Amino acid sequence: MAKILTSMVLGVALIATAGCTKKRPETVLPPGDGPVSNGGDTGSGDADTSPLNEQFRREVASDTIHFAFDQYDIDPQSRAILDSQAAWLRAHPNTRVTIEGHCDERGTREYNLALGDRRANATKNYLAAQGVSPARITTISYGKERPVALGSDDQSWAANRRAVTIVIN
Amino acid sequence: MRKVLAIATAAVLMISAGPALAQTPTPTPTPTPTGQDGGDDDLVIDLEGGRSSALPIIIPVMPTNAVTGTPAGSTDALGRQLSAIIDDDLRNTGLFKTVGPNAARPIGYAEVNAPDYGSWDAYASQALVQGYVRANGNGTLTIGCYVYDVASRRQLIREGFVVQPSEWRRAAHKCADAIYTRLTGDGPYFDSQIVYVSETGPKNRRIKRLAIMDQDGANHRFLTNGQRIVLTPRFSPDQRQIVYMGYENKRPAIYVHDIAARTSRLLVPDVNLNFAPRFSPDGRWILFSMAKAGNTDLYRIAAGGGAAQQLTTSPGIDTGGSYSPDGSKIVFESDRGGTQQLYVMDGNGGNQHRISFGGGRYATPSWSPRGDLIAYTRTGGGAFRIGVMSPAGGGERTLTESWGDEGPSWAPNGRVLMFFRAASGSGRPDLWSVDLSGHSRRIPTPLDGSDPSWGPIRP
Repeated sequence: MAKILTSMVLGVALIATAGCTKKRPETVLPPGDGPVSNGGDTGSGDADTSPLNEQFRREVASDTIHFAFDQYDIDPQSRAILDSQAAWLRAHPNTRVTIEGHCDERGTREYNLALGDRRANATKNYLAAQGVSPARITTISYGKERPVALGSDDQSWAANRRAVTIVIN
Repeated sequence: MRKVLAIATAAVLMISAGPALAQTPTPTPTPTPTGQDGGDDDLVIDLEGGRSSALPIIIPVMPTNAVTGTPAGSTDALGRQLSAIIDDDLRNTGLFKTVGPNAARPIGYAEVNAPDYGSWDAYASQALVQGYVRANGNGTLTIGCYVYDVASRRQLIREGFVVQPSEWRRAAHKCADAIYTRLTGDGPYFDSQIVYVSETGPKNRRIKRLAIMDQDGANHRFLTNGQRIVLTPRFSPDQRQIVYMGYENKRPAIYVHDIAARTSRLLVPDVNLNFAPRFSPDGRWILFSMAKAGNTDLYRIAAGGGAAQQLTTSPGIDTGGSYSPDGSKIVFESDRGGTQQLYVMDGNGGNQHRISFGGGRYATPSWSPRGDLIAYTRTGGGAFRIGVMSPAGGGERTLTESWGDEGPSWAPNGRVLMFFRAASGSGRPDLWSVDLSGHSRRIPTPLDGSDPSWGPIRP
């Protein structure tokens, strides 16, 4: 492509004062103007504060489980947490949940989206095995987009490698 | 609004006719081998040498035939700005040592076509850029771009560009591209655009907006409003569309944004997680990743939508797909062997084989538009690096290393990469470019920047 362009330009070395093309002035989109914005969503992170979800958070061991670096297996401590979540969900059969999968910042962006999906699905599968209908569970991966701990250290990364269960109704 | 070029490959304006007409352009020289001096009278940059062999070049202010007011400013002010842009473009490559418009003596309009070679000998430079600016009666601008070899006293480049005043900067980039191409033998890349993710806000709640700008950061504008997370934008080959991932109503999905119409459409209507989109070189397909129940595979879908075709089936994360320039092959990353490594396969998913075998993890592969290299992010030992290797594997070279270098995207000429560098702690990213020589520099953006995608050379 480069070669074509250059030779094209050089090929027309003529005596001329002509201006060839005149074309549209492209309008500039003002900052803040945007095309797709119905129902904005900056990502829920862990910020869902509905009364039902608040109740859920009070009555289970935790709404969050954690993972080792680049792992998505449910360890014994997480199992205990998810057992309490499953019991609550069995006792509230008309509720639905979203499970968010999150990663630390030490993976690449696209891989972390997939890893967050693995973590959310591992959590979903565990709850399903404890008798929660999979039809009540949706998953979403935020990859490394929504950390809860803001440092760049082992403690922060451990806190950010997580799956969060959120009751949505 | 159609995307039409406003730069015409114009007829060159001759200030004095006659002898110049007889000059025909010389063919683009081939680079000299590493470590050798050119020897003959051809001005050629030693491509592998990088900064140490930077070529000295003088870029005086471009004179005008008559100071005239235009929508882009008066022609004499434009002459200074055009020269400054050419100076920036060339100097920022690390391959040129420039004597810019502030340092070079001013030249007269009549001198443009008849360089006073002797007067430049004192600058100990090799190349001389003499251009001019002229306002035309029809509202356009003509920018001349003449380049001379001071040592051999001959003309190397004689080009002219006619532009609308609103696109005057492109004439400077076209001139710089002509110089770069003539003196390095590599293809042009200055007259190109970047789409990227502009970031601001606290680390746990970043506001991310798609933004587009010229390769040097000029003409910056936002495409989305930041109400939702947007990630990994990529240009279509015709530069009219951008494919990206966005979170709409807590439903992450792949969208195609039409730049002229300023609208986005959903590409893959599917409940699963879809991400990592990228156009095929012919623009007909979009490669992407779909995660189903924790397993991620590569798919492709017609750019206009339709049924997705599955290309990989391995249990594991297959993502980051990127086509070879002829569209026949795809490089991608997969953790099927335990950790992220690079694999190459045929366009239909056949013949999958691993090409990276070093320590650490390899991710975000990007096939060079020249076809000869694959760029990637390599992580491990607390660092993120940008590197390149042969598509057959091997020949690995690390170009950058820091706490958070990620996501390389090739310039249209296949020898410069843009990537983002995140800072430890704040996590705040900046855009950077790096030449294959290792020369790197930060690209200025109004806010923080990540996920850059370099568009093709503009038509």
